[in-house]
Amino acid sequence: MVNAKINGIPVQVAEGTSILAAAEKVNVRIPKLCYNDDLPAWAACGICIVKAEKNPKMLRACSTPIEEGMSIITHDPEIVAVRKTVIELILSTHPDDCLQCPRNGSCELQTLAAEFGIREQPFRKRLKDLPIDNSTGCLILNPEKCVRCGRCVLVCQQMQNVWAIEFLGRGESTRIAPAADVRLADGPCIKCGQCAAHCPVGAIYEHDHTQEVWDALMKSGEEAKTCVVQIAPAVRVALGEEFGLEPGTVITKKIYTALRRLGFDVVFDTNFSADLTILEEGTEFVKRFTDFAAGKNKELMPLITSCCPAWVDYMEKYYDDMIPNFSTAKSPQQMMGAMIKTYWAQKANVDPKKIYSVSVMPCTAKKWESARNKDMYSSGQRDVDVVLTTREIARMIKQAGIDLVNLPDGEADSPMGPYTGAGTIFGATGGVMEAALRSAYYLITKEDLSDVNFTGVRGMSGIKEARIHIKGTEVRVAVAHQMGNIAAVLEEIRKAKVEGRETPWHFIEVMACRGGCIGGGGQPYGATDEIRNKRIRGIYHDDEKSTYRCSHHNPFITQVYKDFLGEPNSHKAHELLHTHYEKLELYNK
Amino acid sequence: MAVAQIEFSKELQSFVHEWKDKPGSLIMILHRVQQEFSYIPREAAERLSRELNMPLAKIYGVLTFYHYFKTSKPGKYRIAVCMGTACYLKGGQSLLEEAGEILGIKGNEVSDNGLFSIDAVRCVGCCGLAPVMMVGDEVYGKLDKDKVPEIIAKYKKLG
Repeated sequence: MVNAKINGIPVQVAEGTSILAAAEKVNVRIPKLCYNDDLPAWAACGICIVKAEKNPKMLRACSTPIEEGMSIITHDPEIVAVRKTVIELILSTHPDDCLQCPRNGSCELQTLAAEFGIREQPFRKRLKDLPIDNSTGCLILNPEKCVRCGRCVLVCQQMQNVWAIEFLGRGESTRIAPAADVRLADGPCIKCGQCAAHCPVGAIYEHDHTQEVWDALMKSGEEAKTCVVQIAPAVRVALGEEFGLEPGTVITKKIYTALRRLGFDVVFDTNFSADLTILEEGTEFVKRFTDFAAGKNKELMPLITSCCPAWVDYMEKYYDDMIPNFSTAKSPQQMMGAMIKTYWAQKANVDPKKIYSVSVMPCTAKKWESARNKDMYSSGQRDVDVVLTTREIARMIKQAGIDLVNLPDGEADSPMGPYTGAGTIFGATGGVMEAALRSAYYLITKEDLSDVNFTGVRGMSGIKEARIHIKGTEVRVAVAHQMGNIAAVLEEIRKAKVEGRETPWHFIEVMACRGGCIGGGGQPYGATDEIRNKRIRGIYHDDEKSTYRCSHHNPFITQVYKDFLGEPNSHKAHELLHTHYEKLELYNK
Repeated sequence: MAVAQIEFSKELQSFVHEWKDKPGSLIMILHRVQQEFSYIPREAAERLSRELNMPLAKIYGVLTFYHYFKTSKPGKYRIAVCMGTACYLKGGQSLLEEAGEILGIKGNEVSDNGLFSIDAVRCVGCCGLAPVMMVGDEVYGKLDKDKVPEIIAKYKKLG
């Protein structure tokens, strides 16, 4: 332990703790811009400078470890003046169009400028004239707004191991761009949106689709379509943050009411189609696992989950040799989309062409997924017409003057609304695995588990492993989240293959974002591990209070198979609920 | 469509092979590639990315950081105007502008006929001759901007 003082207040912290973290421990907040809890200190901005007694230099609090006996001054008139100058210098290369900026109200630079009372810009304005990249349809990169804090590059390279962007050039002409200045859509970008979630300003942000949705909701007469909406598991534990609620507050039923007030005709829940995914993917697993146990099609083990579109994109680009191991089951979003425009359209006697299908997701890559390949048009139309992120639906609710927090509870529509606890935990890392195991156990043994909790696959560690015993047979599973953690798992599988060893795991779950979908790139800004954990607790709370906690117990799932699909993995299920994958080049251009 | 393949000479291939697994050799390898092609073609960067097992983004991060590396093919005659302190004080900037005006190009651009490109460079090591301009390996010293047209004309004639 290290003993030191911050503004005269004694503090004891572990060796290696930064001055910034030590100060926070004694409730001293040092302003920062480039620093983010998820990332190593980068010391790019210079706003967190502090003084140490008997040291003539100013130190960067984010990257300097506090030392024994240090006496730190975090705020005095000189320090504040220096910080103010740093902010003014950053503003001299930053446009002043805050009112039209997507980060208006959530911008960390704007907040700093407000806190420091910036009233003038003493330095000559030197704006960069660089083109906006909106090639992905999910994320927009506006290099003009970039403050070169480096967060997005660190996220993309270190957290996600995607390497879609890099600092190009040097000095004042440094810019964030894909290699060789190709467009984002032509490079390795997987659209996970973690760059956007970490950007402190409006330099990378989600492609806003709210206007399209407003237009559809407002149409009347001949042009009007039946507007159907679905909401994803992770949205219900995070949307409240945009309205002042604690992270992890479960507001599912208020969201249903809000969606109806926005004008949606039908409200379904992606949790229902998560249950459907489990039946399809669980059945697929059981088939492959039984084959494997019988010594057949051994190369099809392990089965790897495919409900995360950023992960699908990553696999198709970086690990296409794993294509045969990928579950062919579509994601819950796409299953719901297909079911809305076939099963429900038939049942409700609505022409699928007259349905406008909207999904609300914690994710920017879901926008890309909705038109990923022709399988996403399995109803004959585009199954999901438009995807909104949690942040976008929050804006719509605010624009409509809906007091979300105080709304009365509502219900989702039948039959694709009611869900089980297994459906809801899809939103957290380990959740898909746990949900699948709950049903796989039943599918294999025809018996239900006495305890449905598989706690070994829960939690925030990057790679989780568990061994599950199903009637004497051992199932080895692994769960990875945050894309940068995936390689270690996949390399193990490749190695085993090359060496002719049995696969280390039978079933693998992958989610691209830290913490799973609850930490998705489309979620409310400012996620830290503390917030992610709260959201996860919300998810498991929703699970625990559910009447049914296994997907195969959902009576509406049973009904859908009886009325329409036949049985899991049936021909019809394959037509509507399954997809295929192909190798993608890392660079198209 | 992936980026097209590119041929490396045998010497370059064995150079890359020799150094590819040694950490910290990217800059040296890039130098060697530029020696072969006079710039770093995109296809060559892609090939290095595969052979060095290094993300293309990382390679571009390095090669766009250093002015020495070129990402587009320079002119047959590379005009380098020195902007080191001595040359700058003695009017290097006016040489640069004059050459640019005659050829209708700016720094890092290539003239339409592919003959010339212009770069502003740091000290070329002959401050006594300031201001200095180089064309290829030829040094022209103690210049003023009126002398620039005839130098360029000479190379134009050579074609």
